Amino acid sequence: MNNRGYFGELWFGAKSLLIGLNVTIREMFKPIVTVQYPREECEITPNYRGHVELVFNLETGGCDCIVCGMCAKACPSDCLVVKGEKKEGEKRKSLTVFKLDFTKCSLCGSCVETCPKGALDYSQDYNIAGFTREEFHYDLIERLERRHPQPLAAAAGGN
Amino acid sequence: MPPELLRMIIAAVLVVAFVFLNAMILGYMERKVSAHIQRRPGLMEVGPHGVLQLLIDGLKLIGKQLVVPEGSNKFLFRLAPVLSFAPCVLPFVVIPFSKKLQIVSMDISLIFILAMTSINVIAILVAGWASNNKYSLFGTFRSVAQAVSYEIPMLLSILSVILVTSTFSLSGIIAAQKYYWFILIQPLAFIIYFISGMAETNRAPFDMPEAESELTAGFHTEYSGMGFSFFFLAEYANMFTVCSIATVLFLGGWKGIPLPLGDYTGIFWFMLKVYGLLFVMIWVRWTFPRVRFDQLMTFCWKYLIPFALANLLITAVLVKLI
Repeated sequence: MNNRGYFGELWFGAKSLLIGLNVTIREMFKPIVTVQYPREECEITPNYRGHVELVFNLETGGCDCIVCGMCAKACPSDCLVVKGEKKEGEKRKSLTVFKLDFTKCSLCGSCVETCPKGALDYSQDYNIAGFTREEFHYDLIERLERRHPQPLAAAAGGN
Repeated sequence: MPPELLRMIIAAVLVVAFVFLNAMILGYMERKVSAHIQRRPGLMEVGPHGVLQLLIDGLKLIGKQLVVPEGSNKFLFRLAPVLSFAPCVLPFVVIPFSKKLQIVSMDISLIFILAMTSINVIAILVAGWASNNKYSLFGTFRSVAQAVSYEIPMLLSILSVILVTSTFSLSGIIAAQKYYWFILIQPLAFIIYFISGMAETNRAPFDMPEAESELTAGFHTEYSGMGFSFFFLAEYANMFTVCSIATVLFLGGWKGIPLPLGDYTGIFWFMLKVYGLLFVMIWVRWTFPRVRFDQLMTFCWKYLIPFALANLLITAVLVKLI
C-alpha cells in the first residue's frame, strides 16, 4: 500500500479527494428522489397484497359472490364471516353480510385462491392505521359500495 | 451618554445577534446542502422550505432542562459553555466587514483573533474534564492534541502572508491586496490554512473530538439545552471566523466589483466570499469519511508542517530579494 512514496502518496490522495468532491457536487444538482409521503404517495405495484376486497363486476354492477362460503372455510384464522339469504323470486342466495376481521388476518391469501368465482382480490390500500381494534373489522360490502356508489345503488333500486 | 460608549453597546448587540443569525444560517445551509448531496429535500416542514426550523430548534433548546451529571465539577461544568462561547464572539469585533464597517481597528487584530479562537481549546478541556465521563475525556484529549498540532501549520501559513504585507492589521492586509488577491501568490498557504482551519474548528473529516460512532458526542456528551447550544454556536462562530480570516488574507476581503456606497456595501462581497468558503467546508464534510487519529497526526506532521515551512522559507527569500 505504501509503495507510492512520499510525493506519490500526496498526489494520489489529493487526486482521489478531488474525485470525491466532484461526485458529491454533481449529486447535489440532481433531482430529489425521496417521496414526501403524506403529501405525495408512491405508486403501488399491481401485485401488492393488502387485505381482501370484493371485486366489482362492471357488467352486473355488483359483486360475483355466490355465498358458497369456501373462503370462510379456507381461512386458517376464522376472520371471514359470509352470510346470504334467498330472496323471493330469486334462484340463488344473495350476499347480505361479508365481514373481515383484519386484526386476525395473516394475509395468507387462501380465501382469494379458493374463491370459485374470482370475487375476491387483494386491496391496494396501505394507508390503514387506526386508534381502536374495531376500526379493523371491515364490512367489505360497505367498502365496495363506497368505492363504486352509483351503479350499486342503481342496481339496488332495480331490485 | 458619550457617543463612543453608545457605539460600543450597539456594536456588541449587533455582534451577538450576528453570531446567533450566523449559526441559524449555517445550520440551515448545512442541513440543506447535506440533504441535496444525498438527494433528499431536507428541511421542508417549518416555514417555506423549512427556513424557520432552526429558530424552532433554538427555542426548543432554550426550553430544555440543564442536567448537571452526578460526580461532575459543578462550577466548571457550568462555566465551560460560556468559556467556549464568549471568546468566539470577540473576533467579530475586529473583522473588517467593509471599509467602514469595522468596530475596532487594531494593529494586531490578526493576533487578537488567533488568540481568541485558541481559547476554545481550553473550553473543550474544561468541559470534558468537568463532565466526569470517559467519552467526554477521550474527546477532550483528542481535541487538545489535534488543536495544538494544527495550530502550527495554520500559523506558519498565515506568517507567509504576513511576510509579504509586514502588518498584522486586517485592514492593512486588505489594502495590500490592491492589484491581486494573495491566493494567486500564496496558493499553497491558502490550502494549508484552509485544511488546518477545518481541523481547528473540529469539522469533519477532522471531527475526532466528537466522533459520534466511537465517542457518542465527545466533549459535549453530558451537555443539554443551552449548554449544548453554546458549544454549537461557538463551533459555527469559529467556522465563520476561520473563513473570514481566509477571505481577508487570501481573497481580498471586502474587495470586489464596486457597488454604490462602496465603503459600506463591501460587506456584500465579504459575505459572499465567506459563505462560499463555508459552503466548501460543508461540502467537504459531507463527502469525506472521518480520518483515523494516527492519520490525522501523520497528515499534520509529515505533510502540512514541512510544506508550510518550505513555503515560508521560499516566501522569505523572495521577499528579501524583491
